[in-house]
Amino acid sequence: MAWFKREKTGTLPSLPSEEERKVKTEGLFSKCPECSHTLFKAKLEENFYVCPKCNYHFRIDAQQRLRLIFDNGEYTEFDQNIASTDPLNFVDTKPYKERLAKTQESIGVLDALISAKGKIGGHNVIVCAMVYEFIGGSMGSVVGEKITRAIELAIKEHIGLVIVSASGGARMMEGALSLMQMAKISAALANLDQAGLPYISIMTDPTTGGVTASFAMLGDLNIAEPGALIGFAGPRVIEQTIRQKLPAGFQRSEFLLKHGMLDAVIDRKNLRSYLCQSLDFMIS
Amino acid sequence: MSFLESTKPLSDPLAGVKQYMPVELINDAETTRLEKELEKLEQQINELLKGRPEQSLSAELEAEVRNLRAKVEGLQQQIHSRLSPMERVRNARHFDRPYTLDFAHLLFDNFQEIHGDRRYSDDPAIVCGMANFLGEPVIIIGHQKANLKSRKTEDRKERNFGMPKPEGYRKALRVMKMAEKFNRPIFCFIDTPGAYPGIEAEERGQAEAIARNLIEMSRIKVPIIITVTGEGGSGGALAIGVGDVVYILENAVYSVISPEGCAAILWKDAAKSDKAAQSMRVTAQDLKALGIVDEIIPEPKGGAHKDHKAMAQILGEYLAQALSTVRCLSTDELLEQRYEKFRRMGAFEERLLS
Ligand SMILES: [Zn+2]
Repeated sequence: MAWFKREKTGTLPSLPSEEERKVKTEGLFSKCPECSHTLFKAKLEENFYVCPKCNYHFRIDAQQRLRLIFDNGEYTEFDQNIASTDPLNFVDTKPYKERLAKTQESIGVLDALISAKGKIGGHNVIVCAMVYEFIGGSMGSVVGEKITRAIELAIKEHIGLVIVSASGGARMMEGALSLMQMAKISAALANLDQAGLPYISIMTDPTTGGVTASFAMLGDLNIAEPGALIGFAGPRVIEQTIRQKLPAGFQRSEFLLKHGMLDAVIDRKNLRSYLCQSLDFMIS
Repeated sequence: MSFLESTKPLSDPLAGVKQYMPVELINDAETTRLEKELEKLEQQINELLKGRPEQSLSAELEAEVRNLRAKVEGLQQQIHSRLSPMERVRNARHFDRPYTLDFAHLLFDNFQEIHGDRRYSDDPAIVCGMANFLGEPVIIIGHQKANLKSRKTEDRKERNFGMPKPEGYRKALRVMKMAEKFNRPIFCFIDTPGAYPGIEAEERGQAEAIARNLIEMSRIKVPIIITVTGEGGSGGALAIGVGDVVYILENAVYSVISPEGCAAILWKDAAKSDKAAQSMRVTAQDLKALGIVDEIIPEPKGGAHKDHKAMAQILGEYLAQALSTVRCLSTDELLEQRYEKFRRMGAFEERLLS
């Protein structure tokens, strides 16, 4: 049996994850990139896409994530119609407009974040999940606006907020507008905090740059999946600046936990129960 | 996005920090000629006015002044457009650019530095202090790229080229909280290549320190006046950049990532920084058009690095103006306006879904 139920009330088609896609082409088996163990596809799915041998957490997509954490995997998406207008007319090796259109077409969402409402442990909660497959989960105006609206809605309805991050950081193609989303979201989070409402930040592989340096680090609880890359500067940039090899495990969840930057590292199979307990604690 | 993607390994031992080192801006002959012409026009206007108020001029003279002013504007634009966005970035990095401590002494009285975050260390890349502005006690916070006496590489290293570590941001926040407690306005000066990308900075929570400043600055109950004076380098700049008024100096820039970094990731070639700077719209004019800054503060002829005193004088007038404007607001109004200011930033559309 699948670990999540298939029914859901979201309006856009569900997207196959990298692994699902890979699994489809390779048949019934998949290989763990960490320990090279050969995994039976159905078993992997049953095990929350976690290698049973070495606990390697495969990346899962935003919609799988939402089904995993909401009660009965049921949720309603909102604000799914917000799209970038390419305010800078940005062109690198190809026009940003083209990049956007192609990605929207292939992934089935308009930008790198899904906002959803549902229940977790019986509590009404808003969950925003980043879509890493969408231009590296980068944060531009749309991600900023959607999270801000989600926060404002949580305040209006007096309910809690969960954000699942998976992002390379601010989106370069929207220039300083992307940078300003960090301030915009953080200011909204100040109001959520003022209202005494819960905010739980879940960091997944990878969470870096302006996303880490804004909302991802501002939860009442900041937690991460095992082995996730989490940091501000990217490892390559650090290596080039200090001209040293980085220590093993640098910027991984366990490293952050050790340095006091995370409240807990939570296995995927325990994520739901962790959320339920935390929300029970926060909501009376 | 993707600070994760690979760029070429570098063999130059200074390569790591070189990108943060300033370069002398070459002013070409044509720019000098245009600047001379501009000077002449301004002289002509002054001669016509002879110190009289404009309302007292005859219609004929008034028209002439107006005509000359239009020419001045045209010339200014012409001079401006001679600098490519990347040249502007280099200008913003000029090693004679006035830094926070220059302004602290030229623009304020009795500057008294406040050191340390009381948690770990004192970050020399960010300076904080008390001072008087037009007789009133205020707080100054800003990046510092070099020691004042000499702006040579050694003195830049001591200031870590103006790249703060978590303790710098935590010091800044501590001092802002003190300003709030004693109801004193805060002036922030932004000029940094960015937050320091190093092992210890990550260990001590660079991301958390920046994030904490963003959320706290949004609700500090005293006026915060921001000026981007040089390089507005990404999160490391924004971490002291949330406020009620955001100014930018004419030749300063503000960007989500350095043009070199952007080029390395998107073009896979750091040498494409010209294109990256252009594409990312990093200049003061671009930022004003995007609604990210409120006003552009003109620099003295040839740039702020040519005349610190003149720059401080112009800047002082703008800061006084900003302060008197936000002073009229109640605390609630102040915070609401600050929220709305950043709330509006961004560009998107709402599509009809079938
Ligand atoms: Zn494994």
